[in-house]
Amino acid sequence: MTPEVLVEVSDLNFSYNTRPILKGINMTMKRGQVIAIMGGSGSGKTTLLRLIGGEVVPSSGYVKVSGQVVHQLDRDALFEIRRKMGMLFQFGALFTDLSVFDNVAFQMREHTDLPESMIRDLVLMKLHAVGLRGAHHLMPAELSGGMARRVALARSIALDPMLIMYDEPFTGLDPISLGVIGSLIRRMTDTLGMTSVIVTHDVQESLKIVDYVYFIADGVIAAHGTPAEVRDSVAPFVHQFVHGEVDGPVPFHYPAQSYRRDLNLEKALV
Amino acid sequence: MFKHLAASIRGVGHRTTEGIWQLGHATRFFLLVLLKSGTSFRRFGLVIRELYYVGVLSLIIIVVSGLFVGMVLGLQGYETLQKYGSESAVGTLVALSLVRELGPVVAALLFASRAGSAITAEIGLMKATEQLAAMGMMAVDPVARVVAPRFWAGVISMPFLAAIFSVMGVFGGYLVTVTFIGVDAGSFWSQMQSNVDFRIDILNGFIKSCFFGVAVTAIAVFEGYDSPPTAEGVSGATTRTVVTSSLVILGLDFILTAFMFRGI
Repeated sequence: MTPEVLVEVSDLNFSYNTRPILKGINMTMKRGQVIAIMGGSGSGKTTLLRLIGGEVVPSSGYVKVSGQVVHQLDRDALFEIRRKMGMLFQFGALFTDLSVFDNVAFQMREHTDLPESMIRDLVLMKLHAVGLRGAHHLMPAELSGGMARRVALARSIALDPMLIMYDEPFTGLDPISLGVIGSLIRRMTDTLGMTSVIVTHDVQESLKIVDYVYFIADGVIAAHGTPAEVRDSVAPFVHQFVHGEVDGPVPFHYPAQSYRRDLNLEKALV
Repeated sequence: MFKHLAASIRGVGHRTTEGIWQLGHATRFFLLVLLKSGTSFRRFGLVIRELYYVGVLSLIIIVVSGLFVGMVLGLQGYETLQKYGSESAVGTLVALSLVRELGPVVAALLFASRAGSAITAEIGLMKATEQLAAMGMMAVDPVARVVAPRFWAGVISMPFLAAIFSVMGVFGGYLVTVTFIGVDAGSFWSQMQSNVDFRIDILNGFIKSCFFGVAVTAIAVFEGYDSPPTAEGVSGATTRTVVTSSLVILGLDFILTAFMFRGI
């Protein structure tokens, strides 16, 4: 049986003022998949997540989540669908005035009428899943970067969402934390049967855990495929990105006038 | 020359329209906060928590400043009044100065510096660290959950802080003039009692402090929520809160005084 499509992005265009960011993006994300969106800085990856979450409205085209066009939803319907989504921000975005426990309990207290005893059990279960049950009493300032992201992960699965979006989850982590976060993303997706969308630069770590990869460059999908297809790709952009080559379709030098002219050497050579 | 002049006029026009746009933006935000205040009243615990940070933690600066302002008023008042043999009226002078003007105005200026700047910095940093965006993605409205409770906590705290400032000021005046200088305690209190009117003086002072509370807190929450999500943006917003609030307090004070005490 073909897995159900959870997120459908169709002919999506988005501009900041007059500057086009995304141009005619098409994607499908199925239930139970881990999907990576890769691309250089400023290529519009995070904007794509914001469009899926309904934070910004596309110039044309649409994003459908669970069959609903996100930007056409009214505020209540948008908030209703967001209850079924989770988002892990780049540095966790934990509420700094709340403890680890209260951060994870936040959504449960806001959106449910569960008794405090049940919330306690659920929070400890979520924290246990990310290996931080023993840290429930700590404040965010007392956590390392990797721990903060694990708490944020526990918070994002608090209400068992159908979709979780991760904005650069591997940035600034040591190799151990990086491996932990990667395996947690895969394990949570499989256990909870949800869909995970990862925006990342970290090619090697993400290729270990994802089912499908989209490369965005200059606002369009430059390439896409399974991790094996991506590793073997001969497309210049994909090859440069996956192997971290200094020069290629993405040039090393920012566009500039002639080097000789900048150094005033042209007249000297005449 | 003509080009330079045209550019200057364009610059003035641009700044004017920008200012009007910003004022409109702030007004819309203020109305949005009022509209989304339901949560604050349904879950009053959120406001009480903020009352501690905004009001209780401002107490020390209000109490100490009130005491010293009252002591200085007592000293200066005594020095002037004794020339005319009216030193017994020093209690009236201290009380009227405090309840009509200095209590609401100085307390509001201190409140803007202490609590207003803290509110702006907190909301601005929450924005810069994506905490507000995270809240929005969890289907929790940050205006209802973060902004409105802080706004109402500020509005509720301000009149109480102004009243405490005035009380401490009167006590400071009493300490200096009666305890140290030796003015008769009976005439100090009796003159004050007969010359300070509850409706005209105390109630008008209270109304002033309510206006200042709304103005300062509205500016503080708006600047925090509107600040660019950078260290420079938050620091600029915090400075603007203190500067704008101070100017608005002084301007509002003149307008309110003109209406209240001159009957314009």
